[in-house]
Amino acid sequence: MATQKGIIRGGISIFFVTLLLFGFMRLNAEEQIDGNLPQISEEVQEEIKEAEFNAGEVIIGHIVDAYEWHIADWGNTHLTIPLPVILYDQGEWHLFMSSKFHHGKAAYKGFEISTEGMQKGKIVRKDANGDFVQPIDLSLTKNSLGVLIHSLLIILIFLSVSKAYRKRERKAPKGFQSLIEPLILFIRDDIARPSIGKKHYERFLPYLLTVFFFIFFNNLFGLIPIFPFGANVTGSIAVTGVLAFFTLIVTTFSGNKNYYAHIFNTPGVPWWLKIPLPLMPIIELVGVFTKPFVLMVRLFANITAGHTIILGFISLIFVFGQASLYAGYGMSVLSITMSIFINFLELLVAFIQAYVFTLLSAIFFGMAVEEHH
Amino acid sequence: MELVNPGLGLIFWMTLAFGIVIFILKKFAWPSIIQALKDREQHIEDALLAADRAHEEMKKLQIDNEALLRRAKEERDVIMADARKLRDKMLDETRQKANDEADRIVENAKVRIENEQKAAMVAIKNEIAKISIEIAEKILRQKMESTKEQKDYIEKLIEKSPLN
Repeated sequence: MATQKGIIRGGISIFFVTLLLFGFMRLNAEEQIDGNLPQISEEVQEEIKEAEFNAGEVIIGHIVDAYEWHIADWGNTHLTIPLPVILYDQGEWHLFMSSKFHHGKAAYKGFEISTEGMQKGKIVRKDANGDFVQPIDLSLTKNSLGVLIHSLLIILIFLSVSKAYRKRERKAPKGFQSLIEPLILFIRDDIARPSIGKKHYERFLPYLLTVFFFIFFNNLFGLIPIFPFGANVTGSIAVTGVLAFFTLIVTTFSGNKNYYAHIFNTPGVPWWLKIPLPLMPIIELVGVFTKPFVLMVRLFANITAGHTIILGFISLIFVFGQASLYAGYGMSVLSITMSIFINFLELLVAFIQAYVFTLLSAIFFGMAVEEHH
Repeated sequence: MELVNPGLGLIFWMTLAFGIVIFILKKFAWPSIIQALKDREQHIEDALLAADRAHEEMKKLQIDNEALLRRAKEERDVIMADARKLRDKMLDETRQKANDEADRIVENAKVRIENEQKAAMVAIKNEIAKISIEIAEKILRQKMESTKEQKDYIEKLIEKSPLN
């Protein structure tokens, strides 16, 4: 109960803090515009255009990965944490801080952050022909750092829970342990055992538990907008892709004879669907890869959608505020109410998506180890 | 496009981080947690089974006790009935004996009374006879002054008296 209250309180505070951050940014920008309006020069006009609120850009900007960790804007001052950029290009390693790019406005050592096309947001280099090429980019981006921080927290949490189990042998769970235990039992008894079967489920349990808690905690941490949280980890396709890839690897390596026979020589299918044109094997083989692909897209899309809606509601305040200050104030009441509602929904989604990912992984493992019957 | 264009760096760091998380948790966290849960479940199951067994045993014991009690009651009833019968018999016998004794005593008394009566009659008869004789003597003495008269009278007496 106490934890639940804590989560709710956290959720509410998320909004006020977000609002405050946006509010400061907005107010300062507006003062600046008001002060500069009478004597407009070309340069200032450009600046105003930049300062004009573009909801789409703001939302995408908050969702996608970045080379720096943006915390707040204060007038023209950007409060950001620069992150290390690691590049391998033309047989050479380049290591420097992202502050060298001056928030994407400057190039450094010939590298710059692309602003358009397929490579938008990525570091590129102009080659001799004037084309932009991407170097091998292992930069510790915002989401990368987020993943590392969250992983560290998850490791610490579960090592302490594990210690509690060793210390309190045969006793009822206590403290954080009692928050985690129902989830562990849920995954064991309602996901792993029915999906994989009594004989094999224990082998996959550590992976399923890790995946579930990794996604669940990352989803929750992603909802907290204050550093060191707030990196949109599970809403980036690279992260969900890696998770799905792990599931694919585990499925592939634990598949038994029966599983592969089902793929390459599907029983109960007329022979002419297999020879001379291996239609069924191709379809089955594609199916092997679509399963994790769907896992990747589902988690990514759900988390991204939630964040987009919340940011959309917050942006509404500023869109209205641009028309009239009072409309902005009026809109803020509705926006915040709706954002709070969506945030509660997001808490639910955080759990459901972790559950779905784990359940489907378990079902795939169950297919891989299914005995012939 | 930016949204669904995965960065190589993020893929690299994510693989590294998730790999480390899996490795550490699988090695240091999950085994003890899963084992502890299993142990506790086993412990609870055992305890429940033991409680069930104890309950069953108690029930059996109770049934035994009831049977014992019932047998004891039956035995008591039998003993009581026997005692009652014995008592009645004894009472009857005693009463019979008492009656017999009383009868005997009364009979004895009757016999004795009869004897006494007979004895008394004999005594009275003797006395009367003695007295009569004395009287007769006296009368005779008076009357029988003469020998002749004496003789007559004696003859009369002898004639009258039944000779036995």
